[in-house]
Amino acid sequence: MPRLTIPRLAMLKVENLSKSFGGVVAMRDVSLDFPSGSLTAIIGPNGAGKTTFFNLISGHIRPDSGRVLFGGADLVGLSSLQIVRRGIGRAFQVASLFPSLTLRECLLAAVVSHFRRSWSMLGRFPPPGAGRDADEIMALLGLTAQANVLAANLSHGDQKLLDIALALAGKPKVLLLDEPTAGMGPDERWQMIGKVHRLWEAQRTTLVFIEHDMDIVFKIAQTIQVLKYGTVLASGTPDEIRRNPDVIDAYLGTDHRLSAAVGAA
Amino acid sequence: MLRDIILAAAALAVLLLLPVLIPHPALRDFIVYVIAYGLLAMSLNLLIGFTGLVSFGHAAYFASGAYGFGLLMQSGLVSVPVAMLAAVGGTALLALAIGAICVRLQEIYFAFITLAFQMFIHSVILTWVALTGGDQGLRGGIPRPAFLGIDLNDGRTLYAFCAVVFVVCLLIMRQIVQSPFGYTLRMIRDNPQRANFVGVNVRRVKLAIFVIASSMASIGGIVLALFVSGAYPDFAFWTTSGEAIFMIMLGGSQLFIGPLVGTVMLQALNHYVTIYTEHHGMVLGTVILIFVLGLRRGLADWVYEWFQSRNTRRMAVMAAAQLGEAKHDKLA
Repeated sequence: MPRLTIPRLAMLKVENLSKSFGGVVAMRDVSLDFPSGSLTAIIGPNGAGKTTFFNLISGHIRPDSGRVLFGGADLVGLSSLQIVRRGIGRAFQVASLFPSLTLRECLLAAVVSHFRRSWSMLGRFPPPGAGRDADEIMALLGLTAQANVLAANLSHGDQKLLDIALALAGKPKVLLLDEPTAGMGPDERWQMIGKVHRLWEAQRTTLVFIEHDMDIVFKIAQTIQVLKYGTVLASGTPDEIRRNPDVIDAYLGTDHRLSAAVGAA
Repeated sequence: MLRDIILAAAALAVLLLLPVLIPHPALRDFIVYVIAYGLLAMSLNLLIGFTGLVSFGHAAYFASGAYGFGLLMQSGLVSVPVAMLAAVGGTALLALAIGAICVRLQEIYFAFITLAFQMFIHSVILTWVALTGGDQGLRGGIPRPAFLGIDLNDGRTLYAFCAVVFVVCLLIMRQIVQSPFGYTLRMIRDNPQRANFVGVNVRRVKLAIFVIASSMASIGGIVLALFVSGAYPDFAFWTTSGEAIFMIMLGGSQLFIGPLVGTVMLQALNHYVTIYTEHHGMVLGTVILIFVLGLRRGLADWVYEWFQSRNTRRMAVMAAAQLGEAKHDKLA
């Protein structure tokens, strides 16, 4: 496979990752590199193993075999708690929030945890310094106006943003976003992805996102990884993926948006 | 915190003044019962309302405080404060051992296993007659030797002592729920998986609050043992845990003070309804049905929500009025 980019330190690297559930193979011998500061999209039809891939990295599921290397150390076998503390943040396909807290309280509580102050019983909430971090994250994602709204009452888009904000509170080195635009209309999708892109530019984290909207993927991703039935069908820049015959084959007839995107290219 | 201390001082003043203003011994008795069961219900609400852990065996720690304290005092070896600290410490250890097993389970399984441990403790109390007096309870009364010039054999002193202990416990619990740790509890209540994935060790935090809540419940048991000069297996029976849950349902679980409101209501029902009818269970059941089916929440929560919605309505009306004025100005 031709390497067009300058080799950079791989922040996150998976090697020969496999996982089966009963007899169903969800992930078969997947090896991928995510260079430091890269912006990668993961695409693939339903059931391709995209969310499973995230679950394997974040420690929600343990792989049957293979390694997940993060800054050189193997994460396999660590609990999801240990993994998040090492600097892998994650937002979920369905926003996972604290519904009875306000947006700002949710963020403050997450920042408190990052500060290792979850056990402080004598101090006040929020502890000094936490407010500044929370306000910065809210400003970055444009959530400041909603600070005092209960998480349960936020709009769908703001809930998805808050989910990302909660992951950011831990100052992650790698950020995994599972379909940031899920359940949104076309305009909202572009707004959302614009925010994600600005976030990536501002923080230069290693960002990996799952996305179904091909226009969005081709527009903003540096690298695209195509998964199908638990294997890597293709990897490359948007241009390479667009021209890849396997991808065209796999998608024609299953996803009209991609066929449209491919046709346009 | 300063506001809480001022409120606590005011509450203490009211508690101390009430029996002076209304010098009826029944009132004092009533308040001491409210203090003892209030500590049980409020500590249980640290688990139910703040952490989302529905424990059905909370009375076990209420009883362990009462029995531990009573037995230590009957041994004649220690003073009242030492026996209190030892009873609380012993309960904390017991809760640590039981909690370490319970917090591994979730939801209904957690409720069941806490209940199972409580029934186990209840049957130990019943069968270990040589130590506990079995179904007769701790016999021979609990001596209350004077310490530091405080003589708890005097009814008024005993009452004041209970009131001070109560207010100090309220302050501790209040501080806990307002602290970063308190917000960690709320995260776990709302969404334990997410709490775990922002870096909270959920199981360990649950165990910590389980031990804290149990220790607080044991102080309620100690107050009751001191006051009735005995300890009875009923303290550890599941109905006592059930009553604590009723108190939370009647008063409300979302406000810090809710369970205390519920305690006053349930104690009042128990004390006064039994005077007029022996079917007080029927009255109690009716009242609970009214709250569960009618208000769908505890009294304190209901009142709080009513005030909140009234404020929002007022703000909306004011905003609309301002908007109207602005339009009027424009037109003019």
